[in-house]
Amino acid sequence: MTSANDGEIVQFDNVGLRYGTDREVLSDVSFTLYPGSFYFLTGASGAGKTSLLKLLYLAQRPSRGAIRMFGSDVITMPRARLPLLRRRLGVVFQDFRLVPHLSAFDNVALPLRVAGAAERDLAKPVADMLEWVGLTERMHAQPAQLSGGEQQRVAIARAVIARPEMLVADEPTGNVDPDMAIKLLRLFEALNRLGTTVVVATHDVHLLKKVPDSLIMRLDKGRLSDPTGALRYPPRRPFMRGG
Amino acid sequence: MAFGTRPTLAERWRKLTTRGDAELVPQARLSGPMPWVIAIMVALTVIAAAAGLSLANTASAASDELAGGVTVQVIEANPAERDRQAAAAAETLRRTPGVIEAHVVSQDEVERLVEPWLGAGAGSGDDGIPIPALVDARMRDRVDGEALGGLRRILRQVAPAARIDAQSSWLEPVFSAIESLQWLAAALVALLALAMTSAVLLAVRNALGANRDTIEIVHLLGGTDTQIARIFQRSIGYDAAGGGAVGLALGLVVVLFLGRRFTGLGAGLVDAGALGWIDWLLLAMIPLAGVALAMLTARLTVIRTLGRML
Repeated sequence: MTSANDGEIVQFDNVGLRYGTDREVLSDVSFTLYPGSFYFLTGASGAGKTSLLKLLYLAQRPSRGAIRMFGSDVITMPRARLPLLRRRLGVVFQDFRLVPHLSAFDNVALPLRVAGAAERDLAKPVADMLEWVGLTERMHAQPAQLSGGEQQRVAIARAVIARPEMLVADEPTGNVDPDMAIKLLRLFEALNRLGTTVVVATHDVHLLKKVPDSLIMRLDKGRLSDPTGALRYPPRRPFMRGG
Repeated sequence: MAFGTRPTLAERWRKLTTRGDAELVPQARLSGPMPWVIAIMVALTVIAAAAGLSLANTASAASDELAGGVTVQVIEANPAERDRQAAAAAETLRRTPGVIEAHVVSQDEVERLVEPWLGAGAGSGDDGIPIPALVDARMRDRVDGEALGGLRRILRQVAPAARIDAQSSWLEPVFSAIESLQWLAAALVALLALAMTSAVLLAVRNALGANRDTIEIVHLLGGTDTQIARIFQRSIGYDAAGGGAVGLALGLVVVLFLGRRFTGLGAGLVDAGALGWIDWLLLAMIPLAGVALAMLTARLTVIRTLGRML
């Protein structure tokens, strides 16, 4: 069992996940994420990236193993405490998961509203964020009126609006043009420089080279490979550099 | 409300009455026919409750009126002897401790009482049917078997042909029937509350199903069960308040209409069932109870459903 450490933001220990009685989609996954690091999670389709992210953003409990996040054991944590933990995370879902009847503005404002922010304090940060992702003109549009790329940018704006301690993004650049993809990565990097731990799942190997100081985790058939020793404790940093 | 646009009147009302989290679930999906279902339930509950309260008032008033009543019949074929014993019985009763008043009911009045069965002037003339003389007496306290036995012993000396009965015993079957009707009204109110709870349960489940994706998103963004439940309970609360107000108005119209019809009958027992101000207050509280019941049902349903998520 890996020892706990105050510097760790996430610690997985021999985690396994299966849906129902099917075979495990994740097996013996152990790794540690550190504050302020930038991670890419790679692997072929079906390798288990999304399942691993679900465990990271607390949408799923593992079938076995131990998970600690922000110093707390999330397996034994009372259910009522999980929402506060989730508010420390920002998530970009692969299918965006925007609220269909809300405008782009209200979708981006959602994490702030959930956290109890006053209505008068919403307008400026949300408008700034929409401006940053280039959607100022589309702030009143509902998701159905937005293109795939625009929806993705709204989803990203929503994920980062509350300045999360850890950002988890599932294929965040999958539906945007290369220029916008670079711009979004720069946003993630800027957040990372401010101290946010970033985990980006992607199967686009070219993307890895765009963030020089990123660390790479590779999933293969539900197992996390560690060819460079990147995931062992204590880490040998940087264990793999993009670019 | 969209940012930067001029809010409509409805949006302004919602903004005044809700917080931002109410925006998460579209109101229309939860509403639908729900306010009308609640309106009907509340109207029926108001009518059933009014009937129950009215019956309770009737029973209470009749019971109070008859509780101390005693009727003495002097069954004697000889008219002179009958009148003498009746007068003696009334006089003796007036002097008896605990008796407030006692008087001989006039022969004309007695004949009027029996007229529907025996015809006019049945007791008059030489060939008339001998009709018992009646003495109507009222005691300070409720007449029970012991009090009745005491009066019998006293009257036996002065009016051997007297037969004495407590007036309340005549109406015992009526009181029993009224009590049954009261239970029926209470059962109806309970059934209607159950039906409304079931209707709210179904509506909330449908709304939960229709908004499952939205709820999951809010849940994953750190929304608490209480926060999400509040959205639904507030929404159903508005439906229940609107429906309850309409239902109360409908129910009161029916109650007032029926009240006027019964008052027109001019029957003493029915008039005694008129609703007092406490009754009207209780009826006015039915929609409030409906709102509370609907909101509690919504809250418990949502929290229970969310409890199945991580």
